[in-house]
Amino acid sequence: MDKKLEPIVKSVQDKFSATFEEFRDEVHLFLKPEQIVDALTLLRDEFNFELLSALTAVDYYPQETPRFHVVYQLTSIAKNRSVQIRVPVNGSSPKIPTATHVYDVANWRERELLDMFGIEFDGHPDPRRILSPEDMEGHPLRKDFPLGYEEPQFTFNFDEIDLRKPYAKE
Amino acid sequence: MGVEQKLGNMGVVTTTLESVVNWGRTNAMWPMLFGLACCAIEMMSAQSSAYDMSRFGMELMRASPRQSDLMIVAGRVSKKMGPVLRRLYDQMPEPKWVIAMGDCASCGGVFNNYAIFQGVDEVVPVDVFVAGCPPRPEALIHGVMTIHEKVKGESFKQYAEKYKQTT
Repeated sequence: MDKKLEPIVKSVQDKFSATFEEFRDEVHLFLKPEQIVDALTLLRDEFNFELLSALTAVDYYPQETPRFHVVYQLTSIAKNRSVQIRVPVNGSSPKIPTATHVYDVANWRERELLDMFGIEFDGHPDPRRILSPEDMEGHPLRKDFPLGYEEPQFTFNFDEIDLRKPYAKE
Repeated sequence: MGVEQKLGNMGVVTTTLESVVNWGRTNAMWPMLFGLACCAIEMMSAQSSAYDMSRFGMELMRASPRQSDLMIVAGRVSKKMGPVLRRLYDQMPEPKWVIAMGDCASCGGVFNNYAIFQGVDEVVPVDVFVAGCPPRPEALIHGVMTIHEKVKGESFKQYAEKYKQTT
């Protein structure tokens, strides 16, 4: 591990009893959902992580439980270092506290996670879908979301598919 | 060549009103300035001097749907873009025609997924599908020529029936 990151990791470990993993010099701290706001505040205020450069999620269904990892990637521009925080959450509608009051940029990123993975953020000021239409069902980036959406229209199934296209005959 | 030959020295041409109207429609068919993806680049190229769509009276790409006759759907239409496309189509005055340009607009192309319409004919009625990914300007011009052939064959009776259906 990068020597500069050691005090940071140690501090977070002591305070939140977090485990950590290292992969190719990247440090991942594993936290519980209820600790995330405190941990982000600590890292922002005491270790100069002024930028939440990515907030995303991974779905490990069906290999792992808990199936989702919410990943916060923090960057310190002042000190040129970065750290990842992973929050494993489970279930079909997992909940996690919002980080919008720590990092403003979390607002749209959390909406994207709500849209794509169905991860709800408690206390989010504007919990709507951001990319898909409002009336869409399901969350497309989940592994159990069906891959193909629609059969293409060919000669052999022309009539069958044509029934689903009311506007084509105007 | 031209109207002088038909006129001879009489100064009179006999024809039907339908064919004059359709001739007028085909030779001043203004497309809507509306590109959605890489096909729009080919559409712009078709307008350029090398391919020159203004030969067919189509040099005016109208930025407003209310002034255009032809909608060229150039690119993939996402689920969120669908209502916008439909609204633009509804704002165009009759008579109006639609070209689905490229594979994405015709059948979804490579994007068979949750976000893209599998053919723009789910949203608007399409007259001509132009294949290609993206189609070359020649292909688009061929599509336009095909629409022109279609328009030349249309009659007032068809328009009247269509209008009756929509009201």
